[in-house]
Amino acid sequence: MNTTIMLFLLQDGITNGAIYALLGLALVLVFAVTRVILIPQGEFVTYGALSYAMLATGQVPGTARLAVAMGLVAFALDLFFARKALHARLVMRSAALNIVFPAALLGLIYALVGPNTPVAVNIALALLIVAAIGLFLYRIAFQPIAHTSVLVLLIASVGCHLALQGLGLVFFGAEGLRGPALSNTAVTAGPLRFTGQSLAVYGLTVGFIVALWLFFGYTKTGKALRATAVNRLGARLVGIRTTLSGQIAFLLASVIGAISGILIVPITTLYYDTGFLIGLKGFIAAIIGGLVSYPLTAVAAIVVGIVEAFSSFYASNFKEVIVFTLILPVLVLRSLAAPQVEEEKD
Amino acid sequence: MTQRLPLIIFALVMAVIPLVPGIPPFWIVLLDNIGLAALVAMGLVLLTGVGGLTSFGQAAFCGFGAYTTAVLTTAYGVSPWLTLPASLLVSGIAAVLLGIVTVRLSGHYLPLGTIAWGIGLFYLFSKLEFLGRNDGISGIPPLSIGSFRMLSPDTIYYAIWVAVLLSALLTMNLLDSRTGRAIRALRRGHVAAEAFGVQTPRAKLLVFIYAAVLAGLSGWLYAHFQRAANPTPFGAQAGIEYLFIAVVGGAGYVWGGVLGAAIVVILKEVLQSYLPYIFGGQSQLETIVFGIMLVLLLQLAPQGVWPWLMSRLPFKPARKTPDTSVKLEHQKRAPGSSPVLLHIEKARKQFGGVLAVNDVSFDVNAREIVALIGPNGAGKSTTFNLITGVLGATSGKIFVQGKEVENAPPQEVVKLGVSRTFQHVKLVPDMTVLENVAIGAHLRGNSGAISSMLRLDRSDEARLLAEAARQIARVGLSDQIDQLAGSLSLGQQRIVEIARALCVDPMLLLLDEPAAGLRHMEKQRLAALLRQLRDGGMSVLLVEHDMGFVMDLADRIVVLDFGTKIAEGTPAAIKRNPDVIKAYLGAAA
Repeated sequence: MNTTIMLFLLQDGITNGAIYALLGLALVLVFAVTRVILIPQGEFVTYGALSYAMLATGQVPGTARLAVAMGLVAFALDLFFARKALHARLVMRSAALNIVFPAALLGLIYALVGPNTPVAVNIALALLIVAAIGLFLYRIAFQPIAHTSVLVLLIASVGCHLALQGLGLVFFGAEGLRGPALSNTAVTAGPLRFTGQSLAVYGLTVGFIVALWLFFGYTKTGKALRATAVNRLGARLVGIRTTLSGQIAFLLASVIGAISGILIVPITTLYYDTGFLIGLKGFIAAIIGGLVSYPLTAVAAIVVGIVEAFSSFYASNFKEVIVFTLILPVLVLRSLAAPQVEEEKD
Repeated sequence: MTQRLPLIIFALVMAVIPLVPGIPPFWIVLLDNIGLAALVAMGLVLLTGVGGLTSFGQAAFCGFGAYTTAVLTTAYGVSPWLTLPASLLVSGIAAVLLGIVTVRLSGHYLPLGTIAWGIGLFYLFSKLEFLGRNDGISGIPPLSIGSFRMLSPDTIYYAIWVAVLLSALLTMNLLDSRTGRAIRALRRGHVAAEAFGVQTPRAKLLVFIYAAVLAGLSGWLYAHFQRAANPTPFGAQAGIEYLFIAVVGGAGYVWGGVLGAAIVVILKEVLQSYLPYIFGGQSQLETIVFGIMLVLLLQLAPQGVWPWLMSRLPFKPARKTPDTSVKLEHQKRAPGSSPVLLHIEKARKQFGGVLAVNDVSFDVNAREIVALIGPNGAGKSTTFNLITGVLGATSGKIFVQGKEVENAPPQEVVKLGVSRTFQHVKLVPDMTVLENVAIGAHLRGNSGAISSMLRLDRSDEARLLAEAARQIARVGLSDQIDQLAGSLSLGQQRIVEIARALCVDPMLLLLDEPAAGLRHMEKQRLAALLRQLRDGGMSVLLVEHDMGFVMDLADRIVVLDFGTKIAEGTPAAIKRNPDVIKAYLGAAA
């Protein structure tokens, strides 16, 4: 192997790794706040990417309608759970968030959509759609069972993944889509060529890592979110609104997922079910980071990306086998390192 | 025989179904599929619902079973019946290898690990040349008996359902045994089970292998039913679906697996055939409905359909009361060389910067009740954990009957005749009082998993249950013997823990706050019981906050404060000790 190939593989690995890092961060974020292991993270990626790609061709993506439908369900749930203490302010607030916001978004899309809409507008619309879906997903699927065990949440998470992936096929079809590039600039350094796209990937990843790290480490809201994860009841007793924490976490995760999707859809063709595999690789990174550490997750994601790049060069058939086997020794080490405390289950 | 009656009726009904004239062949295919899924789900019931080990990767074990027979029959021309043991063996060996890694995983790392190797194995199946890559292997010969070839769905039907019924029977036998109780205790954490000698890693590995072998059996049948094997039915999606089946049916119940398989397979079929009519030919709609239903189910009925059905039955299955006339022999222990039963020499435990137990030394003699008291956080429970091997001491020595316990694990300590109760009750709430107490006698039985499945363990089992019933009677809970442990009051649960500890036939009983939550009369009865045990030759070391109870009962008292022993003596001396008064009431008092 010569150095050029090696450099190419490294570059490829780091670019993919940066995407995995973004997803890994979102997974850590959601787990740290809600204890949900967010399998549907991959769907946020595809929804963001493919909504963006469809908007770019001048079509209204089905995800926008899904957001409206989920908003209606969320509103109904809000009313049902508050039925003993309904008051106007609560109804208004819920209606504004769950009905007006997605409906306005859908209206906006119909008004703006067209083949000549600027890229930035399309990105913003795609992000808003996925943000709404992420928010409502928490409200509908997870908020009612937020107090249950990690395991129940995990199974529910798998259910959400199945439903969202199936819907993805309905919205986007079985054919893959590709989106227009965000920018056409490129920088050449030695034998390597850095596109504006990959530079954006690096920049955003580093930005998010630093931002999340600061947010959770040094702000009051961030600490409140972490407190929710450790002990919901305790957090509520000291005045933290735990449902709000969960919603913020899902909102952030869905936006991060959608951004990753939009970043990669100009580079590779995405299918309705591609997100799952991409998400799982972010997952491996998140697990290596112990589902708690942001910097460690980012480093692990880069390692996953590089291992993947090299194994696709040397043993392309067994690329996925190698990447997924990578997780086992890590899990064992994690388990051994974890203190032997008794888990109170059920 | 009455307990077997529903099973026999079910078997007869299943046997008659294909013979009913005019039954659509398509229904038989569905029933075949239900049987195949039920086998895997049954394994998951044992693994996830009972043992608490969630696996998303069971489909991969079906793959091992299916591909083993596919390769052996097509490439080497081996007879399908000969490949059955091979298929089961390969799935079993795969389970041992994966299990050694997997069962060590704690908490949510475990399901994640199973997702990871589930996907990894799927890609391995679809890339390996000798497994036919993505196309798989076709032309697998059908099962045959003599010249009778099981080519059609209604002939292999019998092979599948005989397998299902046999597996259900074996699984239920296994659960209702010494090994079964150990497995059922796993879900509630390992500390309590290990304190009574259960080798928890081994028990976990056992259920893991058992579930994998059932999945392998399903895969073997599948290969001969479809006469082909390709990677798709052994992927992550299928693994998720099997877990779904178990959860729908009721993950804690053997028949929940079968019921869940029926519900899911039929539902899937209905959805696949009718949804396109409603929504105009879109594919994969059933996965959407599936996903949504899974989420709904978890919100509405997290226990599954089977327990919901059972609770609506007009009659309750009767439980057999154990025959207490069967004797269980006392534990044989080497006679002690010294009258000192327990000797603690400068035991020390440090957690990071916190010194929980600071060079504590004291003895417990034979036939003596010693109380360990001290304010909250004095290190009493930590001392208990050091004695019973739950925690390893940082330094110091602990001797039981003159023999040093060099940081032995709890399973070894209990063999020396030291048994205990816990400050936070550690019973299995969905097991009866009798079953919980019988865990205490775990080391006094010797039948393993295989003999339990084949019901060769009945005399051993009868002795263990008789002993458990005797100890329950001894602590005065005979009326509650068949109630679920979780339904008792906290005070009664503590007493159940004492009965369980007595089942060890101990020389030394360690009780961690036994009187907490008891009413006055109950406390007096407990005190009388403990005195009676002492007079019978047992020693008791107890942690207790109720000073009236302690002062009345104890022969000697050891006082700890901030991890350090500050006093030791008779109750009368301790009451007057200025250091003790200072520790409890502060300097000014």
